[in-house]
Amino acid sequence: MGFTKVVYFTFAFIAILSSLLMVTRKNPIHSALWMILTFFSLAVIYLLYEAQFIAVAQVMVYAGAIMMLILFVIMLVNLEKGYGEGEESKSPLQKKKIAWLLVTTVFFVELLFCAVFFRMTGKTGDYTAEMVRSMGNAKTVGSLLYGKYLFPFEIASLMLLVGIVGAVVLTKKTK
Amino acid sequence: MITELPMGFSLLLSGILFTIGAIGALMRRNVLVVFMCIELMLNAVNLIFIASDRLLSSLSGNIFVFFIMTVAAVEAAVGLAIFVLVFRLKGTVNADEVNLLKG
Repeated sequence: MGFTKVVYFTFAFIAILSSLLMVTRKNPIHSALWMILTFFSLAVIYLLYEAQFIAVAQVMVYAGAIMMLILFVIMLVNLEKGYGEGEESKSPLQKKKIAWLLVTTVFFVELLFCAVFFRMTGKTGDYTAEMVRSMGNAKTVGSLLYGKYLFPFEIASLMLLVGIVGAVVLTKKTK
Repeated sequence: MITELPMGFSLLLSGILFTIGAIGALMRRNVLVVFMCIELMLNAVNLIFIASDRLLSSLSGNIFVFFIMTVAAVEAAVGLAIFVLVFRLKGTVNADEVNLLKG
């Protein structure tokens, strides 16, 4: 078992464990902190797949920006509630929950079948590992973003602008 | 480097993470936790994109993950703004108590 495999399985385990903890914690702040750990371990797995650009973007955008925003809103919103009480204490929805659990179990078995019987076919692309390595992952992705995918890139920037304006307009206090 | 790992592992890991996210999104009642579970499901999909990229020696998956991240960031900004509004209106972010559209 090589070094890569050891790292891969360690961080896969950490990702699964921390995402489970994220779902089960009562306090939303604890959930958010476990979520950050999940994002970090996924970034390590991206690094193993030699997607350095995406790994860095994962840490910066997800673990940095998005989780900071979520933590901020949790602290803004959950102040008066105390320690996550009143979340699932008085829910008479046990039957519904069992139904959801059943649905997700079936769903997971389907995914399992896909993972076991999946065979990748089709032809491979031009960007072999050696070629990307010689040029650098970030440079290759950047030249694709500013070349072949320039129009979607511009649309994405426009969407970010709309998101900013939308967030400001939504939360503005109207008198 | 990663070629010693079969694709199945990443598919399995992605499936597990997606299922955990789906369970959380369906079971939890705090909308902020539901939101985080949705982010987790997006991340599970990203993992498949990255893994199959290396296998197919392509970079389209990386580009796609980039755009998914952009959408997730916009979604976070607008969604959290909506949560703040809901909290101002109802005084809670519990999904069961937000039933204004129920009639």
